Amino acid sequence: MMINVTNLTIARGGIKLLEGVSFTLAAGKALVLRGPNGIGKTTLLRTIAGLQNPVSGQIEADRESMVYAGHADGIKPTLSVIENLKFWAQVFGNKDISKALDAFEIAPLVHQPAGELSAGQKRRLGLARLLVTGRPLWILDEPTVSLDAAAVGMFADAVRAHLEQGGAALIATHIDLGLDGVDQLDVAPYRAKAPEPGDFDEAFI
Amino acid sequence: MIALLQRDMRLAMRAGGGFGLGLSFFLIVVVLVPFGVGPQSALLGKIAPGILWLGALLACLLSLDRIFALDWEDGSLDLLATAPLPMEAIVSVKALAHWLTTGLPLILAAPLFGLLLNLPEAGYKPLILSLILGTPALSVIGTFGAALTVSLKRGGLLLSLLVLPLYVPTLIFGAEMARRGIAGQVATTPMLMLAGITCGVIALMPFASAAVLRVNLR
Repeated sequence: MMINVTNLTIARGGIKLLEGVSFTLAAGKALVLRGPNGIGKTTLLRTIAGLQNPVSGQIEADRESMVYAGHADGIKPTLSVIENLKFWAQVFGNKDISKALDAFEIAPLVHQPAGELSAGQKRRLGLARLLVTGRPLWILDEPTVSLDAAAVGMFADAVRAHLEQGGAALIATHIDLGLDGVDQLDVAPYRAKAPEPGDFDEAFI
Repeated sequence: MIALLQRDMRLAMRAGGGFGLGLSFFLIVVVLVPFGVGPQSALLGKIAPGILWLGALLACLLSLDRIFALDWEDGSLDLLATAPLPMEAIVSVKALAHWLTTGLPLILAAPLFGLLLNLPEAGYKPLILSLILGTPALSVIGTFGAALTVSLKRGGLLLSLLVLPLYVPTLIFGAEMARRGIAGQVATTPMLMLAGITCGVIALMPFASAAVLRVNLR
């Protein structure tokens, strides 16, 4: 088992977003989070990744097994594509980046400054970073934004290969990735109730 | 950690990275002061250590908001926070990279700038020694300020207001050390104080910087 979330309550800016979220994710499986904009998918993923603390509930997972990819790709525009990728590989203690270059077809771009890439190419570079980290649990927030159909296919292939190797993925997305046997979790039913009026404590959290 | 240092150094050298910005600012301040003070070389020599220290401090301040702001904007900071590096190590490496790109060039250029300000001959050694001992503290304290203001847009001015008071002890003992050197007095006491402040902030500040950065990432 990769991750076990029980009765998790999360908040953003002191306002509770989701309450009582529970799920488990086993190795070789992917879980797709669904829900309308602003429901708290990003906050949920950031909480699981350890970037913020939950209000209550437990997250049983090995922090060292996770890699998080958010809305921003963390790409330095003045560094070349290969310098960007090599940096993240080194941070995670890896050397081999060839697999990542192949998976997202960015090998022809390696010596270009990353600032000159198109939005879709940047995203592909950002996703290629997942492969160089060598971590088993991917936590992805809207990974397919600005990707075209072919690139979404590349991403789906990369996820499939990752799952076959015993990895796992927790993905918040609005589109159908075409992955087989993927569990879906609609977070809308967990929406937190509005705070009671007159509850002063809430206002000062 | 070495990878992060290499990346930050490389970013600083590339276009828009700000390398040399502090040095040029330092040069301009030092060149402008004699114009303002007038052709009185004796007076200039007397105030030279103070001017050089103040110039170094302001030059250091100029590049502080780059330490975390760019990483914050492009999401690198989120990714670094979830990487297998402790936050304390990240802020320490960032402070070191800032010192290497700002403090070190200032130290290397100080003899030349001392010449422009008619610094007496006896003052060179204590001045450079005081800069070597003092500038790391400027970078480390500045990193704390940068971590504190990272989530604010256009937080540069607030950063200056927060950081400048914290620079006061370093400025006092740094300039005092150079001044005593020129006057031919023993400069051991300000030197020890300066070294003590620097060692203290290097040891303790990374924990404070890491803590405020974690809060800002929420």
